[in-house]
Order: sequence, then structure tokens, then C-alpha cells
Amino acid sequence: MKINKLIVSFISAAVILLSTSVVSFAKVVGDKIVLGAAISLTGKYSSNGVHTQNGYNMAVDRINSMGGVKVGGKTYKFDIIYYDDESNPKRAAQLAERLISQDGVEFMLGPYSSGLTKAIAPVTEKYGVPMVEANGASRSLFTKGYKYLFAVLAPANLYLDVAIDLAVEKNNGKGVTVAMAFEQDAFSQDVRLGVLDAIKRTGSKKVIDDKLPKELNDMAATLVKVKQMKPDVLVVSGHTKGALTAIRQISEMKVDVPMLAMTHCDAAKLSKQHGKNSQYALCASQWHKTLTYKDDFFKDGMTYDADFTKEFGYAPPYQAAESSAALLVFKDAFERANSFDQKKVRDALAATNMQTFYGNIKFAEGGQNVDKPMVLFQVMCDDGGKCENKVVAPTKWASAKLIHPIPSWSKR
Amino acid sequence: MDFMVFQYPMISVQACLDGILLGILFALIAYGMALQWGVMNIINIAQGDLVILGGYIAYFMYLYGIHPAWGVIVSPIIMFFVGIAIYKLVINKVVDRDLFISILATFGISILFMQLMNFAFGADVVLANSDYGTTMLFNSNVVLPNSKIFSAFISILFAICLVIYMKKSKLGRAIRATAQNARAAKILGVDTEKVYAATFGINAALCGVAGALISITFTIHPYMGLPYTIRSFMIVIVAGLGNLPGVAMSGMGLGVFEEFADYILGTEFRIGSVFLLLVLILVYRRFKLSRKREYLK
Repeated sequence: MKINKLIVSFISAAVILLSTSVVSFAKVVGDKIVLGAAISLTGKYSSNGVHTQNGYNMAVDRINSMGGVKVGGKTYKFDIIYYDDESNPKRAAQLAERLISQDGVEFMLGPYSSGLTKAIAPVTEKYGVPMVEANGASRSLFTKGYKYLFAVLAPANLYLDVAIDLAVEKNNGKGVTVAMAFEQDAFSQDVRLGVLDAIKRTGSKKVIDDKLPKELNDMAATLVKVKQMKPDVLVVSGHTKGALTAIRQISEMKVDVPMLAMTHCDAAKLSKQHGKNSQYALCASQWHKTLTYKDDFFKDGMTYDADFTKEFGYAPPYQAAESSAALLVFKDAFERANSFDQKKVRDALAATNMQTFYGNIKFAEGGQNVDKPMVLFQVMCDDGGKCENKVVAPTKWASAKLIHPIPSWSKR
Repeated sequence: MDFMVFQYPMISVQACLDGILLGILFALIAYGMALQWGVMNIINIAQGDLVILGGYIAYFMYLYGIHPAWGVIVSPIIMFFVGIAIYKLVINKVVDRDLFISILATFGISILFMQLMNFAFGADVVLANSDYGTTMLFNSNVVLPNSKIFSAFISILFAICLVIYMKKSKLGRAIRATAQNARAAKILGVDTEKVYAATFGINAALCGVAGALISITFTIHPYMGLPYTIRSFMIVIVAGLGNLPGVAMSGMGLGVFEEFADYILGTEFRIGSVFLLLVLILVYRRFKLSRKREYLK
């Protein structure tokens, strides 16, 4: 009997504890709007996970200190509950469940990477929780008919097709030959699809189409083929390891291509790790500090860059900038909805049409941002070996002229 | 499938040379594995992670402005003590137990190392630049990065030193005696505990050298260890224990096999083809063994 009583009291204590904790964490408490986010703080995405978190935190502080969010005549402040998803999709999905059903979060911010966003999206969709994400660009996220998913970034298939257009333009509008090397993951394969579309559209021809493994650290075979086939453009996408491996082996093997286009150059700190060897590489980027978009909170890219550097001690990669933009979108939507009703906020998000320091934001039916083109920058070095990324395309934002074709190794 | 490699003979030459240089480096890692497998009967799943840790030592020297090539001297010294520490903490408790337990224990060490390296060094892919330039052969149709030639040369140098050490020194003889018969060696006054610790330390030191070379020639990342473990495991299975020329040959064979698989099947099947080869070899070995057993009956 005694034991039974003990068990009953233990269970009831646990129930009371659980129920109070749910109440204390509910979506809007007092003057706080609580957002939830699963972020990769450990595991293989931890560096970019931290950039994402820093971007979120920077925007929360800025919005809160500049008056917060005004809904129904009352001022609210943002607050975020973070969990570490360990870079693991299964864990991310569990944490999304937990944030929503246990912590009572009613609005979510996205994790880092397409893969983890893919794992979380079905959960937020099931509960009708609006999620603004800033780091999942895979095209497949936007073709599933999700109603509650909004991405502030341009989809992956737009990353490198600009490069093909640029090469064709330099070739007087005639088609070019393209060598491709893409890692076998959702994101890189989407980038590949975009490049294939561009090849078809411009009447170009693909001469090499290699797939790179996840454990990639040697792409000598691909590069030997490139030497043999002499394509006009070499396109590489394989996250940071792809970018680093490509530059190392291109410089060691003295591979000459007129144009080299890649992704993830700034995450790979290409110019820092490789110095002059990375010169002339073209890199796709969601954002660059020299772009002239403006908003009331961060003013513009240059100011954001300076403020972020002051606060976190390093220059913001685009992953941080787009994460900050996600909160600006949420603030805007809450104020237009003038309510915390999830349905109304969702509709307000869908109707978003605004400019932030990061770029224009307007969502298509599928949730992707269609109002912000990708930019291409080129790594340019001075004689002292100091390298800088300069925007060369699209022409509207260009701060330097594209160097094309890339001078051959024998002349460098 | 792509048979370009056979259409252009120079590509075949390139693939062979790349494979051989790479294979020599694999052989060095595999030799360490063979050594401690032979002496202690332990299959070290954490082998690749020790390699990566060695690579990080060279990388940090590079960050502080020291040429990463010095890593091939500093890294093995540090890794030797890391190896001894691992032995004292974990391995000495499983050394006489069954193979399965040692695999589990080293698997645990492997996971721990991966997470610790990720925690300490971050998840970024890094590399150390040697600026060694490139050697062009056959009218620049074949290019060999000097860093690869350097790493093959250093690997051979270390292997030779190790062979001489094993033959001539007192500890080397004790290690060989323990490998042949631990009990007899103990009775004859060999401190097997010390021999085991030294063996594990030497293995870790070899991994340290290989890691430093990998940071110069390729890239390193906390989670990139496993493919190196698998490769060395395979080389050892093919070559057998305590057979250095065999290890060198099968290392180079594996390197060339990988390069050709890369050209013919595509880079995406490179590691996959290694796994496939491993399965085939294991099946073949089993088949051969079973025939031998029947013959004995």
C-alpha cells in the first residue's frame, strides 16, 4: 500500500510539474514571443549551426532594443528556445516535436542545412506551426506543397546557373562546354539540376558530369579529365570540403580552365586557407556585404558586417545574415497579422513583400523567396597576396569587373 | 561506366602513379595496424581517428607559422604518448580478452575521438599548405603534386627505420618475441605489459606521421577517419600479419585499384569499391580456409 501511495504521489507530482512547465513556456508569455529552434551546435554542421544561432541572436537583440514587436497595441519582445540537434535529422525532428508539443512553441525558426530542414518541415506542417527558415535551400523543400514553410533564401537550383549565363555572355552568346562535379547530397544535386537547366537553355554542352562522394578528399580523377577535355567552365559543388579540395588540387595539378565556379567559398574561408591559389574562383553567394539593400534595423550590409564583427569577433558569413533576416520577416508578419493566431500569422507571412539589409523578400507559393537573386563574387588578390571577395554579377550589384578568362598557371 | 582511362594512355599512367603514391601512404597506416594486431591481437577501429588527430597536430603547427612538414617529426612524438595513454586507460583491460571485446572498445574510442576532435577543433574541413609545387612528366601530360611524392618518400623512410628498429633494438626483439608467443616471452623475462604499451605507442606514432602527411596532401575533418581504418584493415587482411613487403604491395595495389575505380565507375563509387573489394576478399579467404580444413580432416 505504501509503495502504491508513493507511486501515485510521484506520478501526480510529475504531471503537475509537466503541466506547469507547459504553461510557463507557452508561445506568448507576458510580453515575450517565444520562438523555437533546433540548431546544430555539435556534430558536423556545428560551425554553420553557430553562425545561424549568432545571426538569430543578433536580430533578437536588435529588434528588442529598438522597440520590439507591436501587436494589438502592446509591445512584445522576442525570445528563442534553442535545442542542439547534433547535426542529426532524426534528432532534429524529435526536437521539433518536443518544442511544439511539450514546450508549447507556436512559431519556429529553421535549423541549419537542407537535410535538417527537410526532417523538421513535416512536423511543423502537421501541427500548423509557421516556420521561417534561412538555411535550407534544397528545391525539394518547395515542391512538397508545404503551407507553413517560408525560406528567406533563394533555392539551390539558382546558385550556379548565373555562372553559365555569364560564361555564355562572355562567349558572345554562343553555348559553352561545361564540366561538372557535384557531391551526392540533396543540396549539391539541386545545384546540379539548376546548372543542367542553364545548359539546356543556353544551348551549351556538358562534357563531364562527375558525382563526388561524401568522404570526398581527392578529386584528382575529375581534374585529369578536365585537363584532357578542356571545357570552358568547371562547376564544383561539394560543401566546404569540395571547395577546399578543388582549389588545392587545381593549383597543384595546374589545371587551366577559363572559368571556375563553386559554392561554399566563404564558409570554406577559401581566400584565407588557400591565399593566392584561390584567385579568380567564382563563388555563388546568397549575400554580400556590399549589396545596397536597406532596412530600419541593420541599415545596410556594411553596417551589419561591422556590427556583427564587433559582437562576435568574426565577419558574418551569409549564413548569419540570412538567419538575421528571418527574424525581421517574423516581426513584420506579426505586426501585419496583428494577432498571434497561427493561421493569421501564416497568411501574413505568405503576403510578405519587404526589403531587408539581406535582400528583398517575397515568397512564392512553395515558400521560397523569389525576389532575391544570387550574387557571384570572384576572389581577387593584390600583389601582396591579400585576397578579397568582390561581387562581379549580376551587373547591377557588381563592385568589380569579372576577370575572364582565368590566366593560365604558367603565366601566374 | 567511363572507359576514357583506356582511350588516353597518359591517363592510365597518371592513375597508376597517383595510386602508387597514395598506396604507400595507406601501407604505412596498415603497417601500424598489422603490428599491433599481430602483437596484441587487437583490431583497432580507432586507427583512422588517430590518423586524423595526427593531422590536426600538423595543421596547428601550420596555423602557428611552422611549416607543416615538421609535423612528420612532432606529430609522431605526441601521438606516441597519446597511444600509450590509450593503452593504459583502455586497451590493457581488453588485451587478453576476445577479439569482439577489443573491437567494441576501440569502436568506442573511435566515437569518443571523433566527438572530442569536433568539440576541440570544430567541424570545419581544414588543410595545411606545403607550397611544394608540382612535378610535370611526359610533356606535362602527367602531373604529380610534390606533396604526394614527399609523403610517399617519408612513408618509405619511416617504414625502413621501423624495420631496422624491430630487427636490431632490444625492444624490437621483445616485440617480435611477444608476437610469436606472449607466454613464452613472459617466462623468458620479457615485460609483456611494457611491450604492449610500446607497440600501441608505435602504432599511434605511425598514424601521427600518416596524419601529418594527409593534412599536407588532402584535407582533414573530425569525421574522416573511418575510410582510413577500412583501408588499412583490408590491406592487412590481404597481406597477413608481420609481412611488411606484403603490406607495401597490397597498399599500392589498393591505391591503384581505387584510382582506376574512380576513373571507370566514377568518384562516387571510390570508397564503395573499396568496401566491395573487402567483402570479396573476405569471402574468398573463407572459401580457401574451408577447403584447407576439409583437407586436414
